[in-house]
Amino acid sequence: MENRLLITSSPHIKSTRTVQGIMLDVVIALIPAAIAGVVLFGFRSLLVILASVASAVASEAVYQIAVKREVTINDFSAVITGLLLALTLPPNVPVWIPVIGSAFAIVIVKQVFGGLGANFVNPALAARAFLLAAWPLHMTQDWLNPRAYDAVTSATPLVAFNSTGQTALTFKQLFLGQRLGSLGETCILALLIGGLYLIVRDVIDYRIPLGYLGTLAIGTWVFGKPGAFFQGDGLSAMLLGGAFIGSFFMATDYVTSPVTPRGRLYMGIGAGIITLIIRLWGGYPEGVTYAILFMNLVTPLIDRYVVPRYYGYGHDEMARRKAAGGETR
Amino acid sequence: MITIKKMFGGVAVPHKKGLSEKSPVEFAGIPGELVLFLSQHIGAPSVSTVKPKDAVKRGQVLAEPRGFVSAALHAPTSGVVKAIEPRFHPVQARMSEAIIVEPDGKHELFEQLSPAVSGLDSISAERIKALAREIGLVGLGGAAFPTAVKLAPPEDKPIDTYLLNGAECEPYITADHRLMLEEAGKVIFGFKASMKASGVKRGIICIEDNKPDAIESMKEAMSAYDGLELAVLSARYPRGGEKQLIQAVLGREVPPPPGLPFDVGVIVSNVGTAYALADAILTGLPLVERVVSVTGEGVANPSNFRALIGTPVSYLIEKAGGFTGTPGKVVMGGPMMGPAVKSLDVPVVKGTSGILVLTKEQAAQEPVLPCIRCGKCIDVCPMGLQPVWMSAYAERGLIEEAEGYRVMDCCECGACTFTCPAKRPLVQWIRMAKAEISSRRNAQRKS
Repeated sequence: MENRLLITSSPHIKSTRTVQGIMLDVVIALIPAAIAGVVLFGFRSLLVILASVASAVASEAVYQIAVKREVTINDFSAVITGLLLALTLPPNVPVWIPVIGSAFAIVIVKQVFGGLGANFVNPALAARAFLLAAWPLHMTQDWLNPRAYDAVTSATPLVAFNSTGQTALTFKQLFLGQRLGSLGETCILALLIGGLYLIVRDVIDYRIPLGYLGTLAIGTWVFGKPGAFFQGDGLSAMLLGGAFIGSFFMATDYVTSPVTPRGRLYMGIGAGIITLIIRLWGGYPEGVTYAILFMNLVTPLIDRYVVPRYYGYGHDEMARRKAAGGETR
Repeated sequence: MITIKKMFGGVAVPHKKGLSEKSPVEFAGIPGELVLFLSQHIGAPSVSTVKPKDAVKRGQVLAEPRGFVSAALHAPTSGVVKAIEPRFHPVQARMSEAIIVEPDGKHELFEQLSPAVSGLDSISAERIKALAREIGLVGLGGAAFPTAVKLAPPEDKPIDTYLLNGAECEPYITADHRLMLEEAGKVIFGFKASMKASGVKRGIICIEDNKPDAIESMKEAMSAYDGLELAVLSARYPRGGEKQLIQAVLGREVPPPPGLPFDVGVIVSNVGTAYALADAILTGLPLVERVVSVTGEGVANPSNFRALIGTPVSYLIEKAGGFTGTPGKVVMGGPMMGPAVKSLDVPVVKGTSGILVLTKEQAAQEPVLPCIRCGKCIDVCPMGLQPVWMSAYAERGLIEEAEGYRVMDCCECGACTFTCPAKRPLVQWIRMAKAEISSRRNAQRKS
């Protein structure tokens, strides 16, 4: 009997938190936004969401079976990717768009690089960028009017906001998502519920959305009004476009964001600055996708240079080591 | 009362103290064989002064310290030296020279033990220091650092504060808890003696708030003395780590290795150590026994025992009612830092605060998933380190890179591995890197 005693390195107890549990929390947090999308833009949204999730999960399973790896669809990470991508698509896109997008996200962006934990950019966002480049018309014109469900091809309110610095929409309309936009990005209320849930559950670090939205709001306040400083509408800048869903659900992806609290704040601020530049002075109406993708690429650099203060060194000691170019890590 | 300062990281662990915290300390009895390692402390192994077939009595010297950082060893009961041979050391995880004593059951006390002293005034600081060395006292919190060395700080390092560590932050273990509850007077007496020996005026007693009854009894006992303060800490692992305790209570940080608490003017002693010192001063008895919690879901009657040093683990588990079902894992000490043993045929050493038996279900291994870089290990690290990178480099054999991330500063508290949602054995990789760096440094020193 004695030889059956297990020997492992301490500690011998583990927390109840699991990767699967974390992923499930993210799925739960996205459900209000998905529901809002269906309520605002109708049955069409549900189709897009289901197609996207199904494609993501199926792609993961098929790829893993094909390369003879363990099938890991039960960790919910593919569900998140499919769900996130769907929420960033115009509600009236043809159903093959999310199918192709999710397959691209899972196979090309995630699995080819080694699967969970090994992708270097956010799969859903990379897929969105790919779709935007491949089918720009579908990605920028397939809108539906909220609650009326009729197809519209006009520009989203963000385009007007970027050029004039103001929007005709009321705060209430913005907050409840009654505007043209991607199916999961418009309802701020739903996104806020999900985002706060993730913060309370200690899944995401509040510093990323805080840094991101804060930078965007302050930057827009300073530069947002053409021909004048400090008169921009910082609040609407946060609520329009994809800044909210991006900052709470995309930029906070563990794998592609920094690991330290300070690094995460820098990630948020960096993404906020890039979004601001693209919106105010760039050619695209929205910069959230590219801002976060760029910060994904910068993440290893942030992790290398932004380190926590070690116990027993003191601020002076850390500064001295940095100045000496020695072991700061 | 002391205001508690912020500590780095830390993690909320399930305390599980309820299993054994209500069980009064009982004498475990005399087993059929005692195994006394010559090395059960930090420093040089002691040198045996007995030979096989020698008759020994309780408290008689078995081995003398070799050098300054070392500790003496005494016979816990009367009997005959059966052999001096290598046995498996549960903490060092290798064969190690041990004196095997076969008890005669009479439990006769050694006649030459120094006479009892009535109070602190009748014993000099020098005598206390000498006594700590004579009785083979080491830190009973787990590290087993020779107490005599601690009581004699270097001249150029003035010490202003002495901390009594009653935090007992390891889950399950209740040895210090019971001592503070049942023997508060003696614990405080031993603490005051330590303060007198080292010439430190300010003493702070540190207890985690999950032991309210122990706080009350210690409060009462300390009111008889001047110069003592109480610090009640919120229970957060690893608050009772020496460096973490100093940070929480005094807001000071011990410099990185080879820095010591001396460097920031502090000495820290464990509650059990203070008790053993008091015992030696008042009765003359050397360190031959200690309180051991035998606990966990895998034993029938979780208990706190006064066990002779060298008592086999199997004997104590038997005393605690034996196993419930098939045991999965047996740990010497607490679940966060204690080493698991493969055989019950190993003895209690001076640093053994508990024997933890986990059930087969509790010991079941969860699958290890890829790191998702959630950063939780960084959030909980009490040393402010980045286990995610240290372990990743160590796992790939990139030892220099791991060293660059200050892997040698890691105190191996296990908070990162505990918290990791991917169930990655972070500390295991870090230990491997530390061992490799140490052996490289030793090789360099020799060449």
